[in-house]
Amino acid sequence: MMAATCVQQHPVERITVKGSDTEVNLVLQLAEAFMERHSGVSLSIAGGGSGVGIAALMNGKTDIANSSREVSLAEIDFARRQGVHIVPTIFAADAIVVVTNPAVGMDSLTVAQLGNIFSGDIQDWAAVGGKPGAVSLYGRQSNSGTFLYFREKIVGRDFSPTLKQMNGTAQIIEAIKNDKGGIGYVGLGYVARPDGALHAGLRVIRLKADATSPSYSPLDTAALTNGNYPLLRPLYQLTNGIPEGVVKQFLQFEQSALGQKIIVENGYLAAGPGFIAQDKPSQTER
Amino acid sequence: MRRRLFWDRFFEKSFSLSAVLAVLILGGIFGMLLYNGLRAFGSIAPGYFFSLAEWNPAAYTAPSYGIGAMLTGTVLTTLGAMVFAVPVGIGMAFFVSEIAPPRARAMLKPAVEMLAAVPSVVVGFLGIVLVGPFLAGLFHLPNGLNALNGAILLAVMALPAVVTVADDAIHAVPHTYKEASYALGANRWETLVRVTLPSCYSGILAAVMLGMGRAIGETMTVLMATGNATAFPNGFFDPVRTITATVAIEMGEVPAGTPHYFSLFACALVLFLLTLIVNVLAERITSNLRKRGQ
Amino acid sequence: MMAKKHIQLFGIASLVTCAAIVVGFLGLILFDLAWKGGIVLNWEFLVRYPKKGMTEGGIFPAVFGTAVVTLLATALAAPLGIACAVWLQEYAPDTPLTRLVRASIRNLAGVPSIVYGLFGLAVFVEGMGMGMSVLASGCTLALLTLPSVITTTEEALRNVPRLLREGALALGATRWETIRAIVLPAAVPGILTGIILALSRAAGETAPILFTGVAFYSRYLPASVFDEFMALPYHLYILSTQHHDPVAVRPLAYGTALVLLALVLMLNSVAFVVRARHR
Repeated sequence: MMAATCVQQHPVERITVKGSDTEVNLVLQLAEAFMERHSGVSLSIAGGGSGVGIAALMNGKTDIANSSREVSLAEIDFARRQGVHIVPTIFAADAIVVVTNPAVGMDSLTVAQLGNIFSGDIQDWAAVGGKPGAVSLYGRQSNSGTFLYFREKIVGRDFSPTLKQMNGTAQIIEAIKNDKGGIGYVGLGYVARPDGALHAGLRVIRLKADATSPSYSPLDTAALTNGNYPLLRPLYQLTNGIPEGVVKQFLQFEQSALGQKIIVENGYLAAGPGFIAQDKPSQTER
Repeated sequence: MRRRLFWDRFFEKSFSLSAVLAVLILGGIFGMLLYNGLRAFGSIAPGYFFSLAEWNPAAYTAPSYGIGAMLTGTVLTTLGAMVFAVPVGIGMAFFVSEIAPPRARAMLKPAVEMLAAVPSVVVGFLGIVLVGPFLAGLFHLPNGLNALNGAILLAVMALPAVVTVADDAIHAVPHTYKEASYALGANRWETLVRVTLPSCYSGILAAVMLGMGRAIGETMTVLMATGNATAFPNGFFDPVRTITATVAIEMGEVPAGTPHYFSLFACALVLFLLTLIVNVLAERITSNLRKRGQ
Repeated sequence: MMAKKHIQLFGIASLVTCAAIVVGFLGLILFDLAWKGGIVLNWEFLVRYPKKGMTEGGIFPAVFGTAVVTLLATALAAPLGIACAVWLQEYAPDTPLTRLVRASIRNLAGVPSIVYGLFGLAVFVEGMGMGMSVLASGCTLALLTLPSVITTTEEALRNVPRLLREGALALGATRWETIRAIVLPAAVPGILTGIILALSRAAGETAPILFTGVAFYSRYLPASVFDEFMALPYHLYILSTQHHDPVAVRPLAYGTALVLLALVLMLNSVAFVVRARHR
């Protein structure tokens, strides 16, 4: 305890990490393990959303930006004008899980239905075969990579303005548990608890490409690696230029056996080479 | 003697320099807000900005910068807060200054100061863990994060301001008014309502304005407890997003120099002007009070 | 006559109710935090670092960060604020300009804290290149508390009786000597109260530090003023809204809230005692 109270400032190398709320807890665990093995390094971690991380990288305020979405061409361009050369590294993968309150009475949805629900076109659960009741939407804010990714992949247009924009994934889960008409999207890592059990009080929705296809659950690892579950995305860490020094050491640690173990334990997926080939990056101008 | 005069002049100059510095810095805040805020209107039409168009700077197609819904959210939570804080606050002020025995007063005044000291993030936290579930249970709502929650929390934050200033105003009423009233046979309540209260209307008004200023400018409390939906709220049970929350949420993700960046400054400018107007009005009224009291 | 008595009773009863409601709110806040936060509160909680993704351990870095940035803010605001107040009260002529300055300062005290945060981001973090740091946050918080330091100091100076000043001047002292030896010492309790209250306000603010320097997690304490830091209000905000398992960390959140509240109330009580003793 005395060691904890003594403020010993040995010369430390500091790494700042900012960005994605989806990634922050995972990166925190990785950082803790990394720092146990490298006492000369201090990592300072903050969330705020992928947008915050990218903006911070562009403004030179962070070493690593966590992003749960791709950087857009416009952002790469803007950064280049500030003299920042954004280099993405994929360090893990994540499935986006659609969750509802069990009272909604739905098991699976097509991608099109999901899009219509979140754009506000479908407002009652009866329209898709659930228990009649108002649809209550939960999501993140525009600084969230998850928000932008989901909008891009599923909705294809603006979210409904009635979407309650929560400050973090955890608030979404809390809210849906108490909201009989609630539906929201969260990262897989948040739904699965560290001990493997699922959060009680939530129903995970299986997704299918259209009304006649089989539906797939994100909890089915095979469905994820085969690409059958549509909402699988790589998680990025962005740096200014090719990573070097302690930043490179940290990224390498994440790819090590221990790093990958921590990633899987937290409910995320290892970024294997086979998987990366599956996801076709979308060219979005923003 | 020359040395003493030298030091005298030195310190006079130093003090005036610091005053100039302080005023420049504080004025610089307004200047910077104005400069950056007005630059927003280079790409966003002012009429459009204040309209009921959506606030969606990161929109799928064209970004849209309408603060109408958020302004309504701010107004809704503030007015809701005032509806509660004004009667309760003024009632307490009257109790403390007119009715309560000195010992009670000595305990109540510090209690009000303690309430004023509670940080906004703590109040917001209690909004999430205490008020939210309470409202959800009471009104059978999915969750309790809405305008009503925000209004209740803002009332708690505005109450101390209302009580303190109202208390000052009531004290400024000359003794002679009350004594004349008693002499004419009125009882305590009648004196309070028919004599004391009308004599300090303007002070009470100032108290209300100050409380309102406090409520308009609150950030963390509403950020945590109002649900943050950008849609136009249809009532107190709808989630709202206030202007303060928007600035707090989006401040970190804007690269400098973009229209989004400037639009946030425009929002801050609106906030600044709103609170300025409210505070100036309150200021005007209280200074009149002070002059009269002397 | 009976009706009048009843009305009076009802009227006074409603006033008592109002007071009870206000005191009730305070009591509710204190009791809820004490009851639910008290379980985690012990010495360990205050001196240990957070572990296991913040679900265990203590909040020492947040306590330290809050202490450092608050003291820095006060160290910056107090000298400037006091000097400005001295000038306004003792030297400045009573012109419309002076009255405008005084009124502007008073009104700036009511500006929302998020506006200061935005200013701090644009000017300190970006413009002056301090980056996200203790220094940038300290400067921002200093600006936030500057108007109230000026106002309370001015009031303390105003309360020093004119006769004291005039007596000193009559005895041949210069204005500065009068201020240094007579006025300031007499106003010290009031000035001290103002500074402690500013300290208390700075400790509890989140919006100004949100984008000027605070971090979610940092293994080591800030080694210099150019590093990021953890802080109690932000820690509470994160634990209650953005943590991945808010239910599990709820007791820790309560504990953090309790520590923050206790800190702020302690500072306010000290200020209260200082003011009461020298009334």
